[in-house]
Amino acid sequence: MRYLPLTPDDRSAMLAAIGAKTIDDLFVDVPQAARREGFVDLPRVAGELEVERTLGAMAARNTAAGSVPFFCGAGAYRHHVPATVDHVIQRSEFLTSYTPYQPEIAQGTLQYLYEFQTQVANLTGMPVANASLYDGSTAMAEGVLMATRVTRRNKAVISGGVHPHYVAATETVVHAVGVETEVLTAAVDAEAAVIDQIGPDTACVVVQTPNVFGTATDVTKIAEAAHAAGALLIVVVTEAVSMGLLKSPGEMGADIVAAEGQSIGNALNFGGPYVGLFACREKLIRQMPGRLCGETVDADGARGFVLTLSTREQHIRRDKATSNICTNSGLCTLAFTIHMSLLGETGLRRMALLNHETAVATRDALAAIPGVEVLTPRFFNEFAVKLPKNAVEVVDTLAKQGVLAGVPYGRLAPAAGMDDVLLVAATETTTEAHIAALKTALAEVL
Amino acid sequence: MSTMNTVGRPTTPNKVESKPATLTGGRGLLQDEHLIFESDGWGKTGVDLPEPKTSGSDLGDLVRKDPIGLPGLSEPEAMRHYVRLSQKNHAIDLAIYPLGSCTMKHNPRLNEKMARLPGFSDIHPLQPQSTVQGALELMDQLAHWLKTLTGMPAVALSPKAGAHGELCGLMAIRAAHRAAGNGLRSDTPRNKVLVPTSAHGTNPATAAFVGYTVVEVAQTEDGRVDVADLASKLGPDVAAIMVTNPNTCGLFERDILEISRLTHEAGAYFYCDGANFNAIVGRVRPGDLGVDAMHINLHKTFSTPHGGGGPGAGPVVLSEALAPFAPAPWVVSGEDGFNLVEFAEDEAEQAFGRLCAFQGQMGMYVRALSYMMSHGSDGLRQVAEDAVLNANYIKARLSDVMSVAFPEGPCMHEALFDDEWLKGTDVTTLDFAKAMIDEGFHPMTMYFPLVVHGAMLIEPTETESKQELDRFIEAMRALANAAKAGDVDRFKGAPFHAPLKRLDETRAARQPVLRWTAPEGSNIAAE
Amino acid sequence: MRFTKDHEWVKVDGDVATVGISKHAADALGDVVFVETPEAGKSVAKGDSFAVVESVKAASDVYAPVSGEVIEGNAALASAPETVNADPEGDGWFAKIKVSDASQLDALMDRAAYDQFLSTL
Repeated sequence: MRYLPLTPDDRSAMLAAIGAKTIDDLFVDVPQAARREGFVDLPRVAGELEVERTLGAMAARNTAAGSVPFFCGAGAYRHHVPATVDHVIQRSEFLTSYTPYQPEIAQGTLQYLYEFQTQVANLTGMPVANASLYDGSTAMAEGVLMATRVTRRNKAVISGGVHPHYVAATETVVHAVGVETEVLTAAVDAEAAVIDQIGPDTACVVVQTPNVFGTATDVTKIAEAAHAAGALLIVVVTEAVSMGLLKSPGEMGADIVAAEGQSIGNALNFGGPYVGLFACREKLIRQMPGRLCGETVDADGARGFVLTLSTREQHIRRDKATSNICTNSGLCTLAFTIHMSLLGETGLRRMALLNHETAVATRDALAAIPGVEVLTPRFFNEFAVKLPKNAVEVVDTLAKQGVLAGVPYGRLAPAAGMDDVLLVAATETTTEAHIAALKTALAEVL
Repeated sequence: MSTMNTVGRPTTPNKVESKPATLTGGRGLLQDEHLIFESDGWGKTGVDLPEPKTSGSDLGDLVRKDPIGLPGLSEPEAMRHYVRLSQKNHAIDLAIYPLGSCTMKHNPRLNEKMARLPGFSDIHPLQPQSTVQGALELMDQLAHWLKTLTGMPAVALSPKAGAHGELCGLMAIRAAHRAAGNGLRSDTPRNKVLVPTSAHGTNPATAAFVGYTVVEVAQTEDGRVDVADLASKLGPDVAAIMVTNPNTCGLFERDILEISRLTHEAGAYFYCDGANFNAIVGRVRPGDLGVDAMHINLHKTFSTPHGGGGPGAGPVVLSEALAPFAPAPWVVSGEDGFNLVEFAEDEAEQAFGRLCAFQGQMGMYVRALSYMMSHGSDGLRQVAEDAVLNANYIKARLSDVMSVAFPEGPCMHEALFDDEWLKGTDVTTLDFAKAMIDEGFHPMTMYFPLVVHGAMLIEPTETESKQELDRFIEAMRALANAAKAGDVDRFKGAPFHAPLKRLDETRAARQPVLRWTAPEGSNIAAE
Repeated sequence: MRFTKDHEWVKVDGDVATVGISKHAADALGDVVFVETPEAGKSVAKGDSFAVVESVKAASDVYAPVSGEVIEGNAALASAPETVNADPEGDGWFAKIKVSDASQLDALMDRAAYDQFLSTL
C-alpha cells in the first residue's frame, strides 16, 4: 500500500524489539468476542488510477456550475478565485500542519490568522473578530447563545428575512439549551416587522442583510430599538462580498456579526467546507466562542502571535466552556485571507460593484418576461422573482435544458407557501450570454 | 589560507566560531515578514477586474462610503508573503508530527486532486438534485464505507467537526430519551452524562452544552474506566456515558463489553468518542462493542488534512435505536437515483433538527472516500496494525530512559509517558517539548490527558517509516539523557533554533491585541 | 483571617467580610490574567461560585466562604489582574460581602489550621 512505509522486514524487527511474536499480541486487550478475523466486506486496495476512474465517473454525473448558465445563491455563491489561492493553500506547511499549539513553529499559521481577524473586523466594521467558526449558520447559532450569556435573557427574535436553513440550524442548537426563539413571518421586507417584536425579555434580534430574498436593508433603526430594550443586534451576512459595497453591520450598530465567508476564496463545494466569520464589540470578547489569535512578544522581545484567551474554551473550561467548539476552519480562513489580500479594498469594491451590476442586468432581463414579477426592490447580487408557476418545477425543467436558474424559495421552506418564488443570484462570473440564455429559457417554459 | 580561484573567490569555507546576529532580522532562508497591513498596499490590487460601469447609486444611502481598511498585494507580493509565512510552520510533510490524540498522518495528494474535480468542488448545495446525482452517490458510498467499517446501521454525515459530531450524538440521545418519555426536563429526568476523567475536554463541554449535568467517572490504576465506579453512578437519572475507546491514555478499554452492558441495563446510551478509531479500524467494529453513537473525525482516521486547524468533519454512526433521530439532511437511494431528504417527511423520521445550513463537509467526504478506496479493507486493517506497531515500538525503545505512564501490557496507537523520570532534573515536560523543537521535531501532546502528571502523549501514526521512527527515538533518547545529565540550559531557554523564542502568553492574555490597528498619527485608511 | 479548603480567605470587619484567594492558590494558578468579580447587590450563598480567576492555562471559580450580599467587587482587578499574584491576601481581594450569618465563619480554618491543611496536600 503506497501510503504505508513499513516493510515486512521492518515489522518483524519492530515486533522483536517490542518483545511481541505477532501483531495480534498488541491487540490482546480487545475482548475475544469483538476481534474480527479477516477483512471487512469492502473492496481491496486500489491504485491512484483506479480511484481516479471511480471518483471521476461520479464527478462527471454532476453539472458543474462553471459549465452552464448559473444563477444559484441563497447562502453559497460562485465567484472567481485567483489561482494563487489554491496554490498557496496546498503548500505542505499550511495543508499538513495542525492547530498552532506550539507557537514557536507555527508563526505562519498564527500570523495569517491575525491578519484574517483584522480583515474580518474591518470588513464587518466591528472592533474584533475571531479565527472563524464552521460556517455562517453555526456562527449564527453561536451568536444567539453568546447574546443570552451577555444579556442573561433567554429569547431571540429572528427576522423572517433570515435564511431558513440558518434558522433551523440555530433553533436546533439553542432550543436544546432552553433558549426560546420567535421567528417572524418570511417576507421580502421582513425587517420592517422586527422592531415591534422586541421586548424586555429579548436577548437579541437577528436580522440578515442582504436577506434571503436579496433585500438590502439599513438596520440602524433596529439596532437602536434593540439597544433601547437592552438587547443585542446580531447581523447575519450570507454573502461576504456584499460588504464591499454596502454599509457594514458595524456602521449600522451591530453588536455581533455572524457571516458566511465562503464567497471569498472558497469554492461552492456542494455546501462545505465553508468558513464562519464571527465579529463582535470589544467588551463582549470574553463571551466570544472560538479561537482567538493575539499579538505578543517572544523571550527576546520579537513580535509574535499566539492563541489566546483560551480559558473560554473547552479544553480548559470543560463543562463551563463558552462553546464546545474545538476547531476553526483553518484552511478556509487561509483561502479567504489570501483572496482578500489580493483583492485589497480597491479590488473588493470593484468586485462588489460588478456583482451588483450583473444582478441588475439579470433583473432587467427577467422583468421583461411576461408573468415574471420582481419582488426585491433594493438588492446586492441576488433578488427574488414571483413566477406564474411552481418554482421547483420551473427550475427542474430548466436544469434539463442546461440552465441552473436559481434556488426556489420553496426548497428552503416548503411550508412557507411561497412555492412560486425563485431566488436568482448573479456574480462577476455571470456573462451577458448567461443572462440571455436564462431569459430565453425562462420565457419558453412560462 | 583558503583556496582561491583566479578572481579571488574563496572556494572552501572559512571556519568561524562565533555566530553574529543578522542585521535585518532575516536568517538565511527564513525571512522576517511584516503584516500585510504594514506594506504599502493601500489602494493596490492583485486582481484584474473589468471597470464597473456604474457606481451603485441606485442603492442610495446603503452604499458604504468610509474606507474599509483592506490593503492589497500584487500577485508576486502575495506569493512571497504567504510562502515566507509558510516557512515558519512545522508540517507533517517535513517531519514526524507526533501529537497524541490528533493523528497527524500523511495527507495523500490524490485526495486533494479528487476534491478539486469541478464535478465536486464547483457544484452548488441547492442545485436541482437531478444535476448532482454523482455527489449524492458519493455521500451514499461514504456512508456505506463508514457503516461497514464500524458495524453500525446508520450515519449522520453533516457534523462539521468532531465536537460537532459529539453534539449530534448527544442530541440524538436526548431526542430518543424524550421520545421514550424519560428525557431531560420530563417527569423522570435523565439529566446526567457520565464522563471519565481522562476524556477530551469537548466531551464534558458538549454534555453541559446540551443541558446535561456532567458526572466524572474514576479511572483505575491501569488507566482505564473504573467499572465499579461507573456501575455505582449508573441509574435511572443517567442519559448516556461518553467513553473514548481506545482511550486518551492510548489504551483499549478491556472491559468495554461490560461497560456497554451495564450502560444499556441502566437504560442509558453509550456514546463513544471515535477520535482514536485509527487504532482499530478494520480490526474492531464499534458496533460489536455495543456503541450507540460514535463520531468519526475524518481528519484523523481518514486523513483529510488538518489545514492548520480545520476544516474537519465529524460524521456520526448511530445504532438502530438512535437512527430515526438523525438530523436532516440525509441521502436515500431509490429506483430513480439518489434523493437528498432535506426535511423529515413521515412520522418514522424523528430528526432532531438540522446542524448546519447545507449537507456538511462535501470536500472532506471526497477526500475521505478517496483515502478509504485507496486503502481498501486490507489496507485499512494494515493502517490500524502499523499505527499500533509504531506506537509500541516507540514505547519499547524509550521505556528505559523515560517513564511509561501505564507500563503493563501493550498500548494502542499512542504511547503515554509521565514526567516521573524528569524528577530532580529541573526540566519540565514543557521544557522538554521545546527542546524537541530545536532538534527538528514537533513536540508530542503535553499535559493531556489531565489524569497523568506532566503527560507526554506520542502518536506516530502508521505513515512514519522505521527510519524516521529511529531518528525520532534517537533524538528523544539524546534529549532524555541530556536532561538527566544536568544540561538544563538546553531546555530552559529552548527553543533556540526556531523562528521565535518562547512566547509571552501571559502578556497576550492580560492585554489582548487581537487585530492590527493603524499607528497613531498615521493617515492609513483603517477603521 | 480565615480560610476555606478551596483556598479562599475571609477577613471580617464588623459585619463586612473581605474575600480573596490565598497566596497558595495564587501561586498555584500562575500568572493571573483575568478576574471577574461580582457586582454590588448580588446575594450569594456560602459555597456559590461568585467570581472567576484565570491564568493562561487555567480557569477557576471562586466560592463564597460565607453567605451574604455583595457590597463591592474589586473593580481594580479588571485592569490589573496581576495584583492577585503580587498581593493575594491584601490589594488582590475579590469582594466585600455583608455577612448574613456570622456563625458560618466558625467552620473556617485559622492560619495555622490552613497551613496544616496545605501540608497534607
